[in-house]
Amino acid sequence: MNARLDRSLLHRFGILLVLLAVGLGLSVATDSFLTVSNLTNVARQVSINGILAVGVTFVLLTGGVDLSLGSVVALSGVVCATFAHPSPEGHPLFLPVAAGLLTGAACGLVNGGLVTRGRVAPFIVTLGMMTVARGLALIVSGGRPVADMSERLTALAGDVRGVPIPLLCFVAVAFIAWFFLKRFRLGRHVYAVGGNEQAARAAGISVGRVKLFVYALCGVMAGLAGVVLAARITTGQPNAGVAYELDAIAAVVIGGTSLSGGVGSVAGTVLGVILIGVINNGLDLMSVSSYYQQVVKGVIIVGAVWLDRRQARA
Amino acid sequence: MLSLTRISKSFGGLPVLQEVSLEIAAGEVHALMGENGAGKSTLMKVAAGLHAPDGGTMRLKGSAFAPDSPHAALLAGVAMIHQELMPIPDMTVGENVLLGIEPCGPLGMVDRAQVLERARTLLAELESDLSPDAPMRSLSVGQTQVVEIAKALGRNADVLLMDEPTAALSDHEATALFRAIGRLKARGVAVVYTTHKMDEVFRLADRITVLRDGRHVITSPSGELDQERLIAHMVGRPMSEIFPARGKVAPEVVLSVRNLSRKGAFHDVSFHIRKGEVLGLAGLMGAGRTEVASAVAGLTPADSGEMRLGDREFRPATPHEALAAGVAMVTEDRKGMGIIPVLPVRENMTLSALESMSPGGLINRTAESAAVQEGMRAFGVRASGPEQPVGQLSGGNQQKVLIARALLNRPEVVVLDEPTRGIDVGAKAEIYSLVRRLTDEGRAVLLVSSELPEVIALSHRLLVLRQGKVAAELDAATASQEEVLRHAMPL
Repeated sequence: MNARLDRSLLHRFGILLVLLAVGLGLSVATDSFLTVSNLTNVARQVSINGILAVGVTFVLLTGGVDLSLGSVVALSGVVCATFAHPSPEGHPLFLPVAAGLLTGAACGLVNGGLVTRGRVAPFIVTLGMMTVARGLALIVSGGRPVADMSERLTALAGDVRGVPIPLLCFVAVAFIAWFFLKRFRLGRHVYAVGGNEQAARAAGISVGRVKLFVYALCGVMAGLAGVVLAARITTGQPNAGVAYELDAIAAVVIGGTSLSGGVGSVAGTVLGVILIGVINNGLDLMSVSSYYQQVVKGVIIVGAVWLDRRQARA
Repeated sequence: MLSLTRISKSFGGLPVLQEVSLEIAAGEVHALMGENGAGKSTLMKVAAGLHAPDGGTMRLKGSAFAPDSPHAALLAGVAMIHQELMPIPDMTVGENVLLGIEPCGPLGMVDRAQVLERARTLLAELESDLSPDAPMRSLSVGQTQVVEIAKALGRNADVLLMDEPTAALSDHEATALFRAIGRLKARGVAVVYTTHKMDEVFRLADRITVLRDGRHVITSPSGELDQERLIAHMVGRPMSEIFPARGKVAPEVVLSVRNLSRKGAFHDVSFHIRKGEVLGLAGLMGAGRTEVASAVAGLTPADSGEMRLGDREFRPATPHEALAAGVAMVTEDRKGMGIIPVLPVRENMTLSALESMSPGGLINRTAESAAVQEGMRAFGVRASGPEQPVGQLSGGNQQKVLIARALLNRPEVVVLDEPTRGIDVGAKAEIYSLVRRLTDEGRAVLLVSSELPEVIALSHRLLVLRQGKVAAELDAATASQEEVLRHAMPL
């Protein structure tokens, strides 16, 4: 049989089991968990983390890391909101969305450029970008929330036939990413670079281009998350998104992607995102104090990965 | 001392050991021989507690022995020295030798004086003059090997398992290692080791056991075997012809290289290769062979000089450009620059050729699996299937995957750097006939090899490098090993 497939099936199965167990527990423990309105709420809440996690999956697969996500979310949100004021000509939609995405892309390109051309470690580059992007968000907004956004933009946080639009974004992004990594040449190259960078280069892969691509893509995802967040809170908040990158990376790792690169999948990431979302929601429903929530969440993250690694070794 | 009875083990459904039994006596040197993938390393790892056997039993000094970790095996008296040594480079020799068994004073503080003293005693027992104070980083592979043996000695090992200890050693270092093994033997330690070097087995081993396809073939005192019969046992058929005859060379020049130089590596190197020709690059370690090959394949570009591929100018700055122009290389550093261990055979094999099977970037899976099926068949890759991670294959099979990868692009020029390093006789023979097949298809081959008989027999012409410069160009059909060596030696 196919060892790799076996393992990844077992793996997904393992996380799926944890997810089902948590879901079952919550359904029994609370009356409100298994209701349409609550699940819709969960879906809405996980979407932003989901979009970020899908983006950072690419980076982690190459063996890199992106710590700037949260700040880039804030910067993109502020830029988006700045372009979203209603004007006499009407309510803009395309311009603010494009501005948000391009802001994210620009940050990602700078990250990727410094990692590949400058040969600075991704940890350092993106740590720097984390501070720079936060500073830029404060500069652009003058330190105040950018309000007065057009209704057409804030409608992006609404529903289509009861399905939240942010969720649709997450699902679309995840599906495209999954298909891309599985079936496209560049997707294959992402795994190869993470699996053995030297060998990938010797095999004729332009390692620099692949890395530039993953950081830029991750930036675009942060831009998208920034736009969605701004739409949801109807303002561009320069202080939003703090530590979002850590939730995203946690979801990816819970989903079985190796921090050293080469191993992992978008499907795993999606499960990781949902697991974190359900846990957050459950703790809220059981009215656990937010101080305790943090402790519980941290323990669950490490516990899930620990269980998973034990399984992989067996 | 150590007895293994009907040991079986499979990985991913592929049986690697099938009911292998083996008796190791105290004070004997026992060689485990066999092709790559025959199960030698796995058998050792079972005895060393790294793999649990699926079936069978082991006894050590008369009592049942079922180690569940390398640590447990070590405590019981079985130590293993791996093919890839694992020293801690920033610690001293002494600290490495006594790693984990440091003599401690009260409060658990390490007694440094005693560390030095005990390390010195252990090294002296191996007739090594290494200083326990020397930083590990400064040691050669051979010296590291000795430190590993001292480490095992310090733990009073009764059985020492060594996986290809001499693969990376110079002759001089190997001799020192053999002396150390002799001392171990005198102390009553049983030494089990694997190697691909025929001559040394007969010098060193008391008894030889041959494995083939995971089964025990024969155990015999080494005096009762000769090289030919040993090879026949390993391969399962008599080795009448190892080297195929040279193919026919066409007149047109495929690759011409003029005045190629790279600072600190090679200087003013010129040569050409014709269609269907094998040009051998011979020379000593550090003469610049790999560097020249890497320049041709775009891995480390030359500083100056010119290359032409057919009638086009050829100046690859990256392997990507070289591949696109029609030059593919199989690197000597299989682990470091060749395989991507976590990815399956399929993805490893098609890595360089994806461009041609992914119009618009989307991989055509039918074309890909067809190419992989064909590649695995044509190159005789032994794996549980195309989805097995390549890191789980034996060295010879990994090499076949890499050669298949290089050839999927149908390159005009194939650069083979030490294509048979660390692989066994059977796989070598397969690779030799592969080289012949390449030239029959009209490709030009640049062959780098440290094995003189190999590079002479396979090549049409030989380019001997000495200290980065071309020392001689010889007709391989008439060249002798002595002649090549004479040109290769520094004046």
